[in-house]
Amino acid sequence: MDKNNLNNIPKDLFVPLVRKEDTSEKISTPSRTFFQDAKRTLFNNKPAVFSMILIVLIIIMSIAGPWMNNFGSDEQDLKRAKMPPRIPVLENVSWLGLNGTLSGNFEGKDVTQATNKANARFDNKKEFIDIEVINKGDGTRNSAEVKATYHIYEAKDMKDTYFWFGSDALGRDQWTRLWEGTRVSLIIAFVAALLDLVIGVSYGGISAFYGGKVDNVMQRIAEILVGIPNLVIILLMMLVLKPGIISIVIALTITGWIGMSRIVRGEVLKLKNQEFVLASRTLGTSNGTIIRKHLVPNISGIIIINTMFSVPGAIFFEAFLSFIGLGIVPPDASLGSLIDLGFDNLRLYPYMLVFPAIVISVLMIAFNIVGDGLRDAFDPKMHK
Amino acid sequence: MTRYILRRVWYMLLTLFIIATASFFLMKILPGSPLNAEDKLSEEQKEIILEKYGLNDPVPVQYAKYLGGLVQGDLGVSFKFDNTPVTQILVDRIGPSALLGFQALIVGSILGIFLGLMASIFRNSPIDFSSTIIAVIGTSIPSFVFAGLLQYVFAVKLGWFPVALWGTFEHTILPTIALAIHPLATAARFTRTEMVEVLHSNYIITARAKGVAESGIILKHGLRNALIPLITVLGPMAVGLMTGSMVIEQIFAIPGIGEQFVTSVMVNDYPTIMGTTLLFAFGFILIILIIDLLYGLIDPRIRLAGGSK
Repeated sequence: MDKNNLNNIPKDLFVPLVRKEDTSEKISTPSRTFFQDAKRTLFNNKPAVFSMILIVLIIIMSIAGPWMNNFGSDEQDLKRAKMPPRIPVLENVSWLGLNGTLSGNFEGKDVTQATNKANARFDNKKEFIDIEVINKGDGTRNSAEVKATYHIYEAKDMKDTYFWFGSDALGRDQWTRLWEGTRVSLIIAFVAALLDLVIGVSYGGISAFYGGKVDNVMQRIAEILVGIPNLVIILLMMLVLKPGIISIVIALTITGWIGMSRIVRGEVLKLKNQEFVLASRTLGTSNGTIIRKHLVPNISGIIIINTMFSVPGAIFFEAFLSFIGLGIVPPDASLGSLIDLGFDNLRLYPYMLVFPAIVISVLMIAFNIVGDGLRDAFDPKMHK
Repeated sequence: MTRYILRRVWYMLLTLFIIATASFFLMKILPGSPLNAEDKLSEEQKEIILEKYGLNDPVPVQYAKYLGGLVQGDLGVSFKFDNTPVTQILVDRIGPSALLGFQALIVGSILGIFLGLMASIFRNSPIDFSSTIIAVIGTSIPSFVFAGLLQYVFAVKLGWFPVALWGTFEHTILPTIALAIHPLATAARFTRTEMVEVLHSNYIITARAKGVAESGIILKHGLRNALIPLITVLGPMAVGLMTGSMVIEQIFAIPGIGEQFVTSVMVNDYPTIMGTTLLFAFGFILIILIIDLLYGLIDPRIRLAGGSK
């Protein structure tokens, strides 16, 4: 009887169920906007974060670097020309090659001849040249080989002078010039990218937004401009303009904006007929508000990506122009002109090429990786 | 299709005309004449020299003569270089440039496709990882920095190859590698992306289900389809090669078009600068035209879109 007595449960055991709101649809974490999401993806991308840190470091160095020692970028002194790099503390680590010595291997028919060649090469200051015999030779031509190490700082009585990255053919400090050159290159790249952005976005935006005749005329003009290879235009502009930062920026911008304008036009054309824009227009929103509230936020991702990729492009073109003698002219320096000078002295003083080459390579790689990272972050299709 | 081709050729001629006109008038603005180098000349001698280059005519006449010559392939006479016709200079120098560009394109695209293919087959393996690194480095580092590295290590330090100049096949090896690194990286990157996408498509699954051998799937069904879009990047690749050739020829002292351009800039030889610019422009435009037409042949959708406009 007890077993079946389920009806005899005391009434007080029953608790009324409080009716709660339906929670199954509730989002427990705060929702993230598109930009927060993109930021998160970007900052989870370790190579991209590392590259951003590198870029920031190089920017800081390009501002602070020239003040870190007492040399000016234009202090010429032929007495201290072509000094090898020498850095305090690091000069004791032999394999780094930052100990302020020049060295080279010399061949001759015997050790004496090879040594004489070494002495002739290194200003004939025998007391500052260490000779190390590698091969004694047998009297035939170039059979003997010696390795000579020239302590040039001692020889020139500059024991307390430190050219961290060496000095160039005119005795100017490479460290100072390298960072000032980096600054020039970065300024050119950022200004050119910014101008591309402004012109490209307005041109493409206006063309697509107003459509019809405006679009037709603007696109015909752009079509012809696109046909002209940008290298040709840039070279012609550089020939006509006075060489310098502004000329390079102008030459780069004249063709640079077209790519951006095409992308923006395509995106705006796609967006402007979508329902939310039509709805907004039906409600009587002004053009300006539509552009500001609906179009710009939706195309900003692609604009940021494109700008990020045009920065390394501009760095490359600046270096290219300076390299073929159409860009920055001395006494100003840029990464390109420093590399150009480095090539002139590549055989005997490779350090003149090494440092600017490293900086430009690191900059280009870092900007490209950040650009890739941004593309992954802003392009939802790429989310893995 | 015919309409599409005609339209494209018309645009090409228009572009060339604009470039020719622009370069002519820009060169007129520039200071400097063939007289600069020779100082001790009498008025009559100067007159004779100016007459010889047609510089005494009014500018519109000079322009008409220039355009007329251009149609007949006459680019004028060089101010320097012993009064050689510019066309002659360019014809003499096109060989090394073309050879280098061709070698670099072949080496770069074959190695690049191979690298991309390997990366896509062994996805997320060390091969894939190193291929990505090569692609990023190859597309980022300027070719002249890379050329400097090659020259210093393999020519100056190790002495395996000649440092510079032109002549034997050995002279072409280092410049070719320096030029090829960029196409290689682009091709590797592109092939990998395309292959990964293609290998996930339904017809590959069908082929697998039918028991086609893995090599057949990858080479016949996969790679062939993945390579079609690669044609689109051939254009930028060729343009990159031309830009690269200027600095590479300068670095390795190769008697090509690019080196000629840089030298002409240094000595203000305007007819040669103009001729070289036009040749570059012509090359660019022709390559892009050919690639577009080729793409239209392969992909009918492009042809229709272009023709109906």
